[in-house]
Amino acid sequence: MDLIRLSPFDLALAAVLVVLLAGVTMWARMGVGRTLLIAAVRTVIQLLLVGLVLQTLFDHAHLGWVALMAMVMLAVAGYEVMARQQRRFAGMWGYGIGAVTMFVSSFAITVLALTTMVGPSPWWEPQYSIPLLGMLLGNTMTGIALGLDRLTQNVWRERRTIEGRLALGASWSEAVTTMRREAARSGLMPTINAMAAAGIVSLPGMMTGQILAGAPPVEAVKYQILIMFLISAGTGFGAIGAVWFASSRLFDHRQRLRLDRLKPGRHT
Amino acid sequence: MQPLLEIRQLRTDRLGPVDLRVQPGELVQITGASGAGKSLLLRAIADLDPNSGEVWLDGQARDALTPPEWRRQVAYVPAETAWWGDRVDEHLPADWARDDAESFLERLGLEHGALDWEVERLSSGEKQRLGLLRALLTGPRVLLLDEPTANLDLENTRRFERLVRAWMAEREAAALWVTHDTQQRDRLGGRILTLSDGRPEGTSWT
Repeated sequence: MDLIRLSPFDLALAAVLVVLLAGVTMWARMGVGRTLLIAAVRTVIQLLLVGLVLQTLFDHAHLGWVALMAMVMLAVAGYEVMARQQRRFAGMWGYGIGAVTMFVSSFAITVLALTTMVGPSPWWEPQYSIPLLGMLLGNTMTGIALGLDRLTQNVWRERRTIEGRLALGASWSEAVTTMRREAARSGLMPTINAMAAAGIVSLPGMMTGQILAGAPPVEAVKYQILIMFLISAGTGFGAIGAVWFASSRLFDHRQRLRLDRLKPGRHT
Repeated sequence: MQPLLEIRQLRTDRLGPVDLRVQPGELVQITGASGAGKSLLLRAIADLDPNSGEVWLDGQARDALTPPEWRRQVAYVPAETAWWGDRVDEHLPADWARDDAESFLERLGLEHGALDWEVERLSSGEKQRLGLLRALLTGPRVLLLDEPTANLDLENTRRFERLVRAWMAEREAAALWVTHDTQQRDRLGGRILTLSDGRPEGTSWT
């Protein structure tokens, strides 16, 4: 089975649909028409660029280039996590907490999967390593961003409760435990929901892609199951780690709640 | 006599320096205009805000205790108490004694069943009285009271004052009491520390 190649004309036809949608949203004064068009243009440019980069990477497969690509992806994901916080940590912590926990969870799980489960040769073969890392980072990023955002919002809103508990002799960890649990849970929920609905409500994107590319459905499904498990582990451990790490950073060595370490983000 | 609470050069970014010695059984009133730093002083003593300086309790330095140990001994009761559980008794320390609790409830004019009440239905005055009870049950040596009777009628205010005074006498404990009410000031008596712009105006003895 061969992949049917898409012509620029095919893409242009699909683009007409997006332009039509933008027209309707403008007519209805929904205020998202411009944003929608900009996002569509960004998709085209970003994906074309990444296609070129990946093509070059595949043609010149070398561990150094793969590592560089991985670091760039991590850097961008770290920025995204920070940008999605309404109240993020001031200074380098705002970037560092997300980036470090993402690095630990996504990279560790990608390397583990490449060396023990998928087993390409060499283990860092870009055709496998980059898409795998990309899917893990993308999902882990969402989980960590949700968890951190929920944590800082809850702590901000319930600061009187936290200080009330501290004043009665609770440790910082006891004082923040309900907010921390809830934040970690909200980081995990999208992944759990995606696993529960997979195949019934929606066909996962990666599997669909492999089937379109001509892979036998059962093989595609096996890959999808592997990816789902990896994503759950990466997102779950990442979100829990980030929330724990961030909650400890909200208190100082004398167990005082330090909301001055947060600052309002750009998206308020 | 060794003071129960001794504060030397206590500062935060908006407070101090404050020096203060409080004897066992002594009540010190804190007054001053809004924003003068009354709450900041109590919060700094309880170590809830970053601060510098030395605080000693019964000859023991604050830094020698863990923050939870310190805050159980030096109990801060804010003007608006926070309640996070569904029922009142979820907010009591793990080792609370029923006899003590019932005695405090009676003296505050509340029925014994008040510990089973739902937090949702508490009035602001009930929250203030139960906030004191909750703090007393942790067994503190010093009470830091931040306008604790602002939502109480005169009868309950007097009950509150009598309970604090009696409790201080029983335990040789001390209290710092922030108040604006001039009649309460006369009833409470004791030394008055007036703050202005984060600094004491000089203690007066009454």
